[in-house]
Amino acid sequence: MNIPEKTTSPAKTPPLAGQLTAQESYIRKHHRHHHLITTARLLIFAVFLIVWEAAGRFGLIDTFFFSSPGMVISYFGQMLADGSFFTHTGITLMETLISFLLITLIAMLTATVLWYSRTLSEILEPYLVVLNSLPKSALAPLFIVWLGTGTDTIIVAGISVAIFGSIISLYTGFSHTDSEKLKLIYTLGGNRIDAFFKVVLPSSIPIILSNMKVNIGLALVGVIIGEFLAARRGLGYLIIYGSQVFKLNMVITSIIILCIIAMGLYQTIQYLEHLYKKKK
Amino acid sequence: MEQPILECRDICFSYHNLKGETKALDHISFQVDQGEFIAIVGPSGCGKSTLLSIIAGLLKPESGEILLNQANDIKIGYMLQQDHLLEWRSIWKNVLLGPEITGTLTKEKEDLANHLLNDYGLYKFKDKKPSELSGGMKQRAALIRTMVMEPALLLLDEPFSALDYQTRLTVSADIGNIIRKSRITAILITHDLSEAISLSDRILVMTKRPATIKNNIPVHLSMTENSPLAARNAPEFNNLFTLLWKEISDEYT
Repeated sequence: MNIPEKTTSPAKTPPLAGQLTAQESYIRKHHRHHHLITTARLLIFAVFLIVWEAAGRFGLIDTFFFSSPGMVISYFGQMLADGSFFTHTGITLMETLISFLLITLIAMLTATVLWYSRTLSEILEPYLVVLNSLPKSALAPLFIVWLGTGTDTIIVAGISVAIFGSIISLYTGFSHTDSEKLKLIYTLGGNRIDAFFKVVLPSSIPIILSNMKVNIGLALVGVIIGEFLAARRGLGYLIIYGSQVFKLNMVITSIIILCIIAMGLYQTIQYLEHLYKKKK
Repeated sequence: MEQPILECRDICFSYHNLKGETKALDHISFQVDQGEFIAIVGPSGCGKSTLLSIIAGLLKPESGEILLNQANDIKIGYMLQQDHLLEWRSIWKNVLLGPEITGTLTKEKEDLANHLLNDYGLYKFKDKKPSELSGGMKQRAALIRTMVMEPALLLLDEPFSALDYQTRLTVSADIGNIIRKSRITAILITHDLSEAISLSDRILVMTKRPATIKNNIPVHLSMTENSPLAARNAPEFNNLFTLLWKEISDEYT
């Protein structure tokens, strides 16, 4: 039984068993490059955690101020156990998503109206520019006075950070539509509304998606600013409260959760963009 | 046949900006008969495209009028320099853009579109995206998009100028034949003199800005078969070409 196997096995392997074709070696090189990148990324993360933990243990840094990976994990466990993780993260996430949806909706509608009426866009241009360059955190105290301390204020703060920039970039995107393509719609008997729905909107989808990526990040910034000033719940509140009572574990754990949320939200839009490109 | 399908009467048009007025068209008058294929040639920037836009109703003339036969219910088709097929739509959806916009998308229109796609050799490609087609095929698809609207008058604004020379000859031959077969009246704007001679029945020569019509040259070619390539070999071709060349060259001096 063993003898025939031994004789057939060399025949089954390709004639140039030791060598690779150019394509195979290209693919191998490509994979190796990607492994290198992933390994290096993980390594940086691991080294950072080890150095942080070790520095705390050996007394190089004071863990009361700087915390440590171990303390963060145990605090996180505590948050999971008493359910505070879900309430605070949930509220921040919800406020961010509502702000984001409202920003997208309002900016799309406004940019459309501005595109439709050139006169209106010329009239409003200086106002948009001023409002866009204004540091929006300066407005937050006003919102508190007007709207009180609560979810409304925080959502408005989230909207205020991104809305003006979003309107400007969507409007700019809309008005850069190929004028010959608009002419095509007119030659086929269409009006400006047809031009918008048949040409301007579909050709602006890449701009809309990249604008959404910016908006989701800015909405989170605005919500955290709002929570700093006017909240009893949410990650922003935990960060500001933790720093006031010197619970630095709380602050750092919240910041790490925030990092993960920011990444997750961005990746979601990125995935939508990917789906759109694949469909195309 | 007797009554012109289109009459342009004393058309004047100027472009305005704060620095002043640029007179583009100066008392342009001409007639086009039913079934005629007219070519308009002239030095570049003389306002040929402006004239087409005015005929199509996209621009309003400052003075003068456009008279269309059978009141104003003549449908005008317009073919632009580039195909401008929309990349996010399939060829089929692109071809039906006109009826979709005007709300006239019926079973008959779809049948017509299918029929035209078949005739122009694009039926296999109806579910493809524009970028998957060659330049010549895209221009044919653009022609179908225009023809689906069943125009009685077709305006062609240098529709072949974006194509490379080889494709240009074959596509202009194809499109020329298609237009002749369907007996549509056509006005072609071009700066390619041999294209004008080989495709048209009559050539209008425009002067430089402010443009007037300086000459009206009928084209009669004796040829055995009716194709733009055969036209280039017709005995009268060279004389006409020389005549046009001189007419246009005079405008540049």
